[in-house]
Amino acid sequence: MLLLLLLLLLLLWWCYCSVRFGLDLRSMNLGNGKGSMSTVTTTGVMKSGDVVSNQFPAGLRVLVVDDDPTCLMILEKMLRTCLYEVTKCNRAETALSLLRENKNGFDIVISDVHMPDMDGFKLLEHIGLEMDLPVIMMSADDGKSVVMKGVTHGACDYLIKPVRIEALKNIWQHVVRKKKNEWKDAEQSGSAEEGDRQPKASDEADYSSSANEGSWRNSKKRRDEEEEEAEDRDDTSTLKKPRVVWSVELHQQFVAAVDQLGIDKAVPKKILELMNVPGLTRENVASHLQKYRLYLRRLSGVSQHQNNMNNSFLGSQEATFGTISSISGIDLQTLAVAGQLPAQSLATLQAAGLGRSTAKAGVPMPIMDQRNLFSFENPRVRFGEGQQQHLSSSKPMNLLLGIPTNMEPKQLANLHQSTQSIASLNMRVNASAPQGNPLLMQMPQSQPRGQMLSENTGPRVPRLPSSLGQPNVSNGISNGFLGRNGIAGNNRGPAYNPVPPNSSLLSFPMNQSSEMSVNNSLPLGSTPGMSSITTKGSFQEEVTSGIKTSGGFPSYDIFNELHHHKSHDWEITNPGLTYSAPHHANPLQGNIDVSPSVLVHQGFSSTQQTGQSRDATLIGKSMFSVGQGSEQDNLQNAVQHLHPLLVDNSVRVKSERIPDASSQTNLFPDHYGQEDLMSALLKQQEGMGPAESEFEFDAYSLDNIPV
Amino acid sequence: MLVLCEGQRQNMEVDQMQRQYLDYTKSLFLEGFLDGQFLQLQQLQDENNPDFVVEVVSLFFEDSERLLNDLTFSLEQKTIDFKKVDAHVHQLKGSSSSIGAQRVKNCCIAFRNFCEEQNIDACLSCLQQVKQEYCHVKNKLETLIRLEQQIVAAGGSIPVMEFSF
Repeated sequence: MLLLLLLLLLLLWWCYCSVRFGLDLRSMNLGNGKGSMSTVTTTGVMKSGDVVSNQFPAGLRVLVVDDDPTCLMILEKMLRTCLYEVTKCNRAETALSLLRENKNGFDIVISDVHMPDMDGFKLLEHIGLEMDLPVIMMSADDGKSVVMKGVTHGACDYLIKPVRIEALKNIWQHVVRKKKNEWKDAEQSGSAEEGDRQPKASDEADYSSSANEGSWRNSKKRRDEEEEEAEDRDDTSTLKKPRVVWSVELHQQFVAAVDQLGIDKAVPKKILELMNVPGLTRENVASHLQKYRLYLRRLSGVSQHQNNMNNSFLGSQEATFGTISSISGIDLQTLAVAGQLPAQSLATLQAAGLGRSTAKAGVPMPIMDQRNLFSFENPRVRFGEGQQQHLSSSKPMNLLLGIPTNMEPKQLANLHQSTQSIASLNMRVNASAPQGNPLLMQMPQSQPRGQMLSENTGPRVPRLPSSLGQPNVSNGISNGFLGRNGIAGNNRGPAYNPVPPNSSLLSFPMNQSSEMSVNNSLPLGSTPGMSSITTKGSFQEEVTSGIKTSGGFPSYDIFNELHHHKSHDWEITNPGLTYSAPHHANPLQGNIDVSPSVLVHQGFSSTQQTGQSRDATLIGKSMFSVGQGSEQDNLQNAVQHLHPLLVDNSVRVKSERIPDASSQTNLFPDHYGQEDLMSALLKQQEGMGPAESEFEFDAYSLDNIPV
Repeated sequence: MLVLCEGQRQNMEVDQMQRQYLDYTKSLFLEGFLDGQFLQLQQLQDENNPDFVVEVVSLFFEDSERLLNDLTFSLEQKTIDFKKVDAHVHQLKGSSSSIGAQRVKNCCIAFRNFCEEQNIDACLSCLQQVKQEYCHVKNKLETLIRLEQQIVAAGGSIPVMEFSF
């Protein structure tokens, strides 16, 4: 009897220790299916309890990927000196296959950014999506944009070459942290998640579409060489807090279930029932659904980018513009097809993003997820608006938003057209009619600006979307917009509210984007965002989706305000760009820098009032960028630009209405809870200063945007 | 009369060589050929990997020569693909910085800027400069390695530099 008790205690203690040390749990989880028992034993021994704590992190299994043989050799030696188990390879493909064959064989991956066969960020996405291992990026490139890209793509750290051994000594912390987060996540993935998810689910439903599923599947198929479903199932069923690996088959089942239910009605519980996978929990499905939605959203945006914007973009744009309401997935499909890579990256991004979100604790998760959603949504929204049927009104906006700021005049023209249509939609969407007018009015204005936008906005636009991306932000933003549009501050308030599917929200994004895209020069007056919206299109979507606030003006204001604040910095603008753009970034190329700032300005100018909204916007933007972070160079640029902003502003986002923004915005939403972001935004807004009336309307300080 | 027996003479030689080695290394650092990263490499060398530095340096030589050839080839084309050139330079920058070849790395930084500007003439002159710096550092490192090997052959141990950078 006593013996039994003792045994029980021992078991509990061991479990506790394992969890604490993270690795143990993981190896345990993964060890069931495949021969990872060996790893279980080795790591288990290492980590069980305090006895082995001294040895840990010795034996950490590191995979190093770098095409430079000199660096590879040096790194290997350094890691060995740290007592890690090192495997090196000089090609990303080799690394991926190594990882796939041995999913539990490694604890952490260190990868170079510039590699000939595959971009380091792509590898990062793949890993995040398939294996969910912590990945450290490294490069001789220490430019902010690259570092930001690493962050947004989900890298847990970024090392600048030459790498010193001291930097490598501590990499084990990332492994432990990730495990801890996963564990906590699983633990908390109960009601909190559910509660948050439900409202979001409906909102995001429209974002995911069957069209995307196809591309998702394709990209997944393409990416995955082997799937370990059995292991996944085993994991989920055997462990209390399993780490579910969404294999291709599993995902296909998921997608089929979602299709069957209809993306609007796809709720985790029903999906789970349809999938009928033993061991899969509702929480797993819920988090995956969130990611999926984000992915879909991103897909639209990413596809845009990937496809050299011009052609595909225009095509998709036109298609979308032609039938705003019927944008259902056609564009996305086109985009997805056209940009297979983007789809993949979208998927990876989404996965990465999802991975990130899942990593978060339960409570903050909803918020974060929302943010991620938004960030991803922008790209997707733009194109895939079709998918979001129910957000038809918002769709048009999204389209605009999605449009990368780099859009050429022609594109801009399209944008404008769409913007106008969107504007009208917005009008419809928004209760306030007057808003529509300003929008329309702005349209012409934005036209010239649009040109400017293409030149300048690049940076700007991203910003806005990013801010929108943030759920909280979006609320604020939409509120801001609404406010701008004259919807008298109804919406001001709940910047941080989860965005209820509001048509008004939709209008915001549009406005914003149109404004933004135009170069912020558009007088945002009533519809602040039209031009910006276009540029921010992607963001917009996110915002709309995320924001769903009834009146989101404040959020818009935030953007403006932020924008204003940062006009000088824009660098901030740039950062802004980065996020919003995963897709924006691409088109924006050079302009990216501008856009973020533009967006920010716009946000700021309009807002003034709602510190919160500003924060939200900023945060949203940052979130967006964070979420998206995938696109390629463009995004990079955008991120770069945005980064300064975010870094500079370090606005603390607060979950509740914050009267005044704190001075800095924290760019890395991933690491912030909702509250942090909010406060960050707020700070930023404050930092930005009261709306500068650079813009005709609400001082969208486009002018300030450094182009 | 001071009669030195063989052992003592050898010891003196080793000491001399060691001193010579240290002085030489110091000069390389002071002149900017090498930086702190090279020290890290030296510190990584231990009984398990007694030839670590030599191996890494040889790898660096091979890799750099390949890169320089690629660079020359790329810049000789009618239409220069600056992206490619930049990628090569970037890699050279990475490997030279990892090994501590400071001057080469600095050249690469300037080179990359010109690549961004797509300034062909400046790129070509940078390429020449990089090649020169590479040759310099290659000679220096080879001399250094030779000195090390002499010390080891004479039975001595390679002194560890202590610098604070």
